[in-house]
Amino acid sequence: MTVQTKFSRRSFLVASAAGGLSLGMAIPFAGPAAAQTGAQLPEVNAWVVIRPDDTVVIRIARQEMGQGTLTGLAQVVAEELHCDWDKVTTEYPTPGENVARERIWGDFGTAGSRGIRASQQYMREGGAAARMMLVQAAANRWDVDVAGCTAANSVITGPDGQTATFGEVAEEAAALDVPTEVALKDPSEWTLIGQSVPRLDTVDKVDGSQIYSIDHTMEGMLNAAIRRAPVMGATVASFDGDAAADMPGVRHVLQVGDDAVAVVADTWWRAKTALEAVEIEWSDGDGTGYDMARIRAMLEDGLTAEDTFVGNRQGDAMAAIEGAAQLVEATYHVPYQHHATMEPMNATAVWTEDRCEVWTATQNAEAALAATSTAAGLPIEDCDVHRINLGGGFGRRATMQDFVTQAVLIAKQVPGTPIKMIWSREEDMLHGTLHPITMCKMTGALDADGNLTGLHMRISGQSILAGVRPEGLSEGKDPIMFQGLNPDGDEGRLGYTIPNLLVDHAMRNPPVMPGFWRGVCNNQNAFYLESFIDELALAAERDPLEFRRALMADHPKHLAVLDAVAEGIGWDTPAPEGVFRGLCQHMGYGSYVAAAAEVSVNEDGRFKIHRIVAATDCGTVVNPQQVAAQIEGSFAYGLSASIFGEITITDGKVDQENFDTYPVVTMWEMPAVESLIIPSGGFWGGVGEPTIFAATPAVVNAIFAATGTRIRNLPLSKNGMSHA
Amino acid sequence: MKLMVNGSVREFEVEPDTPLLWVLREQLGMTGTKFGCGIAACGACTVHLDGFPTRSCAIQVQDIDETQEIVTIEGLSPDRSHPIQQAWVELDVPQCGYCQSGQIMAAAALLAETPEPTDEDIVNAMTNICRCGTYNRIKAGIKRAAELS
Repeated sequence: MTVQTKFSRRSFLVASAAGGLSLGMAIPFAGPAAAQTGAQLPEVNAWVVIRPDDTVVIRIARQEMGQGTLTGLAQVVAEELHCDWDKVTTEYPTPGENVARERIWGDFGTAGSRGIRASQQYMREGGAAARMMLVQAAANRWDVDVAGCTAANSVITGPDGQTATFGEVAEEAAALDVPTEVALKDPSEWTLIGQSVPRLDTVDKVDGSQIYSIDHTMEGMLNAAIRRAPVMGATVASFDGDAAADMPGVRHVLQVGDDAVAVVADTWWRAKTALEAVEIEWSDGDGTGYDMARIRAMLEDGLTAEDTFVGNRQGDAMAAIEGAAQLVEATYHVPYQHHATMEPMNATAVWTEDRCEVWTATQNAEAALAATSTAAGLPIEDCDVHRINLGGGFGRRATMQDFVTQAVLIAKQVPGTPIKMIWSREEDMLHGTLHPITMCKMTGALDADGNLTGLHMRISGQSILAGVRPEGLSEGKDPIMFQGLNPDGDEGRLGYTIPNLLVDHAMRNPPVMPGFWRGVCNNQNAFYLESFIDELALAAERDPLEFRRALMADHPKHLAVLDAVAEGIGWDTPAPEGVFRGLCQHMGYGSYVAAAAEVSVNEDGRFKIHRIVAATDCGTVVNPQQVAAQIEGSFAYGLSASIFGEITITDGKVDQENFDTYPVVTMWEMPAVESLIIPSGGFWGGVGEPTIFAATPAVVNAIFAATGTRIRNLPLSKNGMSHA
Repeated sequence: MKLMVNGSVREFEVEPDTPLLWVLREQLGMTGTKFGCGIAACGACTVHLDGFPTRSCAIQVQDIDETQEIVTIEGLSPDRSHPIQQAWVELDVPQCGYCQSGQIMAAAALLAETPEPTDEDIVNAMTNICRCGTYNRIKAGIKRAAELS
């Protein structure tokens, strides 16, 4: 990439480029043998660089954070490039380069399970175009018709049997015009898409050599620890840093913006130790005075309020409820959740009067660049953000780039010196962007034969968009609230035909910062609906699978995954002694998912999840073993929330400060997960999130089957239940 | 102060109550050992201290004698050849990978103590947190490593 050219203009960075090159500058590469040569090779096109030694460098705009997108995207390019997969490596362009090149790499944002599905088309075209240019270059060299030349495994063969490797003709190919029309392979011709190739980035993760943002280091770098006002909207009233200033290694005690104080020291541990000696007085904020009772009262008010937004309306649900032979009602609740990424938020920044550069782990480097520019007080073109692989994202690093803003605001007060700011775990827990709190009142109408004639689903609670991106609201309505409940569309369509249906949302926004959390609103929507469908089946005296099937005749793809897990778990056969089953289905991020669980519960409320069968129809699969990894992982994340996950608020401040008070699933609770990957073709759905929706309802439905107790308020730990 | 890390005696200046984790990362520049929680809850900082898996964020360097052998992920093998590392690559265990240094060190200690661990042995020994949820591949990886040993 061109980062080194840029840096050579900056004396403060020349030093780091010379001394810290292996750590600081070569990071954009991932994968084995990915050392930056420093030579500026001409690219074949924006997506492909071929080195003289035939190494194939594929540019990755989306962000790897564990989900395997980097390898999958390399596969889709390599499929059309006809290169030798063993020679593939990858690199990340920077958002600054993207801006300078009129967003040639498109969107860098990596959220909503979009990494592959939203970029595969133009990346396959990029791979195909690069192949065409390489073949044309060889044809030109041989003075033959390009139609007689073919490319396979990084070798071009001419009509007379002459051969050239990609590396031999890459420079000539780079001089050609990029073709504007390319033909892509038919899926039946794919040899790499659909194959379980190993990840490109595994090797460096087994010996500690993978560099994360928190590991980034630069010549002359100082470290910062920070404390932000724990209450939303609160600011620094005053602080006394005198004691801290005299502590070992401390260089600066600084206010950061209007709501934080940082200590800058030679090492982070010294900065953090000194920060504890800083006395800070905080002002009140918007969140002052809010606790869970007050927040729950807001939501309870919404359960019966008139001021609602409608997400899905079919027929007349209220009339059906009025005329029901049997009425079923239940109210559910999902509390705030924290992302709790393993790597706490952090960023490194260098600021001078004419340039600002940041190194960080972000799911949206373009948003990080915008945050850098704003905080630096410099135009976008004088800033850049260097992307480093993430120690977990799950949405925390997607929308809010607050950690970037803070690092830049600190660096701006120490011009020319690289500053690495790291949040302690406690700081990270207190400043999450929380999965928002909601409640849901379900009202179902059954006729005398037990058929579902009407359903009202009233969601009450916090909107993410209202908190983080209010410009995304549609006349006040947050469409994300209705994920998976929509009447149509390819993103998240309700899988049931209900003649009289009303899904509406009463927006209630407590002053607590919300955020996108893996699975987002699909999580509670699936829990609410799929739990209540089981309640309706019980009232109708029907089997939960058969009750669902009766509503799904017009939803064959939803039904296919449900049937697959039912068959996989053996729904039609008796469960082992003392073991009970539950199942569910949902659609989100363009994929159809279902899960079935086998659970046992003893008299003390201790439960064991023996087995999960999870199905995904994501249309097209790029790397099955990585899809399986995502499915398995989504159950660890989803069950962490259902078993333990609850953030509570006291006087506007988060109560939980570390993993001792915010426990998550460990190997102890982790069930066996059988992944059924059943792509039906013709579309591209996401896989990073979808099965997480199915984790909670499958297990909670199985717990009901085991105990006769319906869990309507999460987490399970608050219902006297723990894992056996 | 002095510590024996990966077979070499390393000398550094630091407050004696500094956690081993931060000496490894900051004074010695060995960043393979990760900071996760600071309270010995997550295990991302796991190293071997005289062969025992130890959460380095919660032990101060003044409490470690320079004759005690500290092994970090960087010193587990010179060439990723430890059976755990081989198995991890073979099964593509890591996702984000941030916790994996700690997971691998915990798993290597288990295997040294119990060459053929049962599922129960593995679950009892492996208490490190992984938010990506690689637990089942970790379990399979330990069993595969036992075969490779």
